[in-house]
Amino acid sequence: MKLIKKLAIASTIAMTAGGAFAESIIVQSTTSTANSGLYDYLLPIFEGETGIEVNVVAVGTGQAIGNAANCDGDVLLVHAKSAEEKFVAEGGGVMRTDLMYNDFVIVGPTEDPAGVNGTDDVQGAMAKIAETGAPFASRGDDSGTHKAELALWNSAGVDPKSASGDWYRETGSGMGATLNTGIGMGAYVLTDRATWISFENKQDYDIAVEGDTDLFNQYGVILVNPEKCPSVKAEEGQAFIDWLLSDEGQDAIAGYRINDQQLFFPNAPE
Amino acid sequence: MAEAIALALGLVARGDADLFEIVLLSLRVSLTATAVACVLGLTLGAFLAVARFPGRGAALVALNALMGLPPVVVGLLVYLHLSRSGPLGFLGLLYTPTAMIVAQTVLITPIVAALSRQVIEDLHREYADQFRSLGLTRWQSMGALLWDGRFSLLTVAMAGFGRAVAEVGAVMIVGGNIDHLTRVMTTAIALETSKGDLPLALALGLVLMVIALGVNAGVQALRLPGERVAHA
Repeated sequence: MKLIKKLAIASTIAMTAGGAFAESIIVQSTTSTANSGLYDYLLPIFEGETGIEVNVVAVGTGQAIGNAANCDGDVLLVHAKSAEEKFVAEGGGVMRTDLMYNDFVIVGPTEDPAGVNGTDDVQGAMAKIAETGAPFASRGDDSGTHKAELALWNSAGVDPKSASGDWYRETGSGMGATLNTGIGMGAYVLTDRATWISFENKQDYDIAVEGDTDLFNQYGVILVNPEKCPSVKAEEGQAFIDWLLSDEGQDAIAGYRINDQQLFFPNAPE
Repeated sequence: MAEAIALALGLVARGDADLFEIVLLSLRVSLTATAVACVLGLTLGAFLAVARFPGRGAALVALNALMGLPPVVVGLLVYLHLSRSGPLGFLGLLYTPTAMIVAQTVLITPIVAALSRQVIEDLHREYADQFRSLGLTRWQSMGALLWDGRFSLLTVAMAGFGRAVAEVGAVMIVGGNIDHLTRVMTTAIALETSKGDLPLALALGLVLMVIALGVNAGVQALRLPGERVAHA
């Protein structure tokens, strides 16, 4: 009897501690924004001003959109424009707005088996990797980075799937895990620059390919549709979005630096 | 490795607030899940040990197989139920510690039930004649066996706790690894690994192992005096 009482008390504590914050929202977002430390920098500023607590679930873009489609979140902040527009068109979100951008880079080992170091022609570099059969580690997880990578292979005229398990290795995991795996096997990896700059297990790896306009990486922000999902905290979620898009939020994004390098470039519409 | 040990000692020595928050949540979630799983699992285990019914053999095989439930599958099942679009979505429990407790309870109840069933059944074999001569009911027998086997059953509970506190797949999905809300030791380790901060990840792993050691030492301290009395 005593034990049951204790259990009842424990579970009550657990429940009240877990879900009782009146003003807290859930943001479904990508591993790149979370792993780079951007939220750790932005959220205290926003929370200090509004008192709204922001809880970030960091998963791949595909999973983030899926979770938001299940109404498990108030705001979606990801980087796969066409998938985001589809999500809004299907009624999952209210409106998609450009928020910020950075760019993708291909990182590789210093011995450079495909001979692509220093080029800014990403399709050419990828075609060379495929030709030489140098290992390439792909996210393979339907994330924004994975979608961008597949689009690049397509425009390079290479079908990497036919070499899956050979030189083309799909890890099926997040950006950091794929970098760890890729570096472990001497493979080239496409990553967003923010994750790369803040990544701490670089070993002898460096950026091999950068600067191509096709490597542009746009992030967008969307309020999950409260008409479809009554649980959405529309007011607080919209307050967060409005702040991100405001001059102050945009300045804060631009102000986030690691090793003296700016990681994200704000570009919300005026 | 040396770097990781130094980091771990440093984190503990300077009383890192984030670390203690994560450790406390890990303990709260996994100990609560273990307590709930023991109430359910020991009852089920004791019942299966003394009861005889058609299909019992199949039930035991199924129960033993459930010990191998992959945490990520448990996480997915609990997610689908607790999601706002799932049958229990109205409770609003997804991404809370309660959801993590539910997932770990589902994960370890079969372990507690299957192991306790074996322990109690072995005991029952010794005592069956005695119980019959005393005219005990099935429920009285179950109670007597659970009490008599309490020290072995503590080890069973520790096996359940060990599985709960060590798993990452289920709590990652239903908790979301949200900083200051649902981040526990294992999800923090996974996060630091994905950031490429391997020494910090390993340091957190060392802290987790020390905590598991502490919990087990605490249980051992509880049972030693009791065991002496029991065998005196």
